[in-house]
Amino acid sequence: MKFWKYFGLRLFTWALTIFIGVTFIFFIPRMFPSDPVETMIGQIQARSGQMDPAEKAALRKTLRVQFGLEGSLSEQYLSYLNRGLLHFDFGPSLMNFPADTRSIIGKYLPYTLGLSLTSTLIAWVIGNVIGLLAGFRKDKRSSKILEGIAIAIYPIPYFLVALVLQIVFAFVLKWFDLQSFILTNNGVWQFVRSLVRASILPGVSMLLLGTGWWIISMKSLAATTAAEEFVLYARYRGLSESKIGKDYVFRNSILTQITALAMSLGTVFSGSIMTEIIFGYPGVGKLLQSAILQSDYNMILGVITISIVAISTATLIADLVYPFIDPRIRYS
Amino acid sequence: MRKFWRNSNVRLKAGLIVTAFFVVLGFIVYYFPHANPFSYNTYPKKLPPSGANWLGTTSMGQDIFWLLIEAIHNSLSIGLIVALIGTVVGVFVGLIAGFTGGALDRVLMVITDTFVVIPSLPILILMTALMKGRSTVILMALVLAMFAWAWPSRQIRSMALSMKERDFIQTAWFSGEGTVQVVLTEILPFALTWSLSNFMNATLGAIASESSLAVLGLSPANLISLGNMIQWARERNAILARQWFWIGSPIVATVILFIGLFMLITGYNDYMSLKRGR
Repeated sequence: MKFWKYFGLRLFTWALTIFIGVTFIFFIPRMFPSDPVETMIGQIQARSGQMDPAEKAALRKTLRVQFGLEGSLSEQYLSYLNRGLLHFDFGPSLMNFPADTRSIIGKYLPYTLGLSLTSTLIAWVIGNVIGLLAGFRKDKRSSKILEGIAIAIYPIPYFLVALVLQIVFAFVLKWFDLQSFILTNNGVWQFVRSLVRASILPGVSMLLLGTGWWIISMKSLAATTAAEEFVLYARYRGLSESKIGKDYVFRNSILTQITALAMSLGTVFSGSIMTEIIFGYPGVGKLLQSAILQSDYNMILGVITISIVAISTATLIADLVYPFIDPRIRYS
Repeated sequence: MRKFWRNSNVRLKAGLIVTAFFVVLGFIVYYFPHANPFSYNTYPKKLPPSGANWLGTTSMGQDIFWLLIEAIHNSLSIGLIVALIGTVVGVFVGLIAGFTGGALDRVLMVITDTFVVIPSLPILILMTALMKGRSTVILMALVLAMFAWAWPSRQIRSMALSMKERDFIQTAWFSGEGTVQVVLTEILPFALTWSLSNFMNATLGAIASESSLAVLGLSPANLISLGNMIQWARERNAILARQWFWIGSPIVATVILFIGLFMLITGYNDYMSLKRGR
């Protein structure tokens, strides 16, 4: 019964977060003077020369409908909620007119998901193993060195790590290309090869930062757990160090790290955006950057709405799964 | 002071020294007389480091050393403004929510939780993209501060909730002190210890966000910040031209500043928890 109350409350917060976020996104651009339709008419005119006024008025009318700018503010808002949240339809993309935003995002999203999820999972595993060892044997010199390295890497912003790796490995050592390109129409083998080649540097730079954080957090968790009385008791019982490490310290600390993994996805997404931009990796971040450069507001709105929905949902899932993993929560 | 230094750990000491070094660069060296580093062609272009130009000059004839000092000054200022707004608003909202309770508490906490969960970078990108070119330092700081208050307010609220039940607070209450008095004299000192660590964290976060936005070309175009300096060097192909001092100095400065601040934060937290006796 308690669980269902918790479930309902959590679901409510989830819906509210998305609602507030999306409302924010709807009203912010409307508080600024720039008008996407006029911008676009200007672009079309620059490309095709002068238009006669009737043609221009008709074009303006069509564009206003397509961009969801027809009607009163409340009508626009309702239709935006309906189209954006229920159908992920954000209208046509300005920079790839008349292709629609949703299908373009759909093309770029798998690259971002693949890159960020793979590097995050690997970082999580490596970081927790190292962190566990470092926290469990915190007086060893190697533990201190590893923690020192983690502390030196973790606070650096994503784009800076990416930039340094790019300068060192792509520019000076020339092991990789300066900008990633992925061959999509030369058969599967070529595609996979170029994908792997393009993903190594971005992946490694995200991996470094992620691992740093998991080492730091797991180390402090494991050190706290290792100092608890039940661990001391296990030691008095004469259990081996490896058994204490595995069954007592690891099992108790990893629970927190599972929720932390899902909670970190928001940061990972932001980090992925920045990393992709530095390396020119063809993911949502790169897409967002081109959209900003060409003032493609539909695209910007689409990417941001999808990221808000995705991140809130990941956090929701983490919170809902947690009681099933941790028996202490389920019954309290 | 001497006692503090003796009791503090290595990380706190190292963090303090690095941070102090940057504060001296950004707020004292900054006021030494020098030519405006932003204007072009003050010096010959692409000079290597020398006695007159310690870090050489850019392709536009700007002195890299003074550009860097100005960038440190502006980045630290933005970080401090954002952290100040975030901490003050956060402590205020957190205390109100924690102490009044009831419907106001619930409404405030729903809003706070939303701001904790909402991914900030995408919304920051949207807002700054709309202001493209027209945004100013103050506007930038305000936009960043929008996401800096939620986490402290949540922490301060839970702190206030547990404090409310402690004996010495109850004693103060029963001895006839008003709520405002209790909050000011009994709760705030506790909240401040935690807030200081949060303040440094927020400073670091704001500098990182500003430089991320700068790399997207979304930071004010006339603002010399660490992020913008890196971005300008990138745009002018400093990497391809191997002008390492130009692209390298803001990178190295940012990295050292961030490691210093982070050591200061974790060192300070360790120091406080030992002082409290865990």
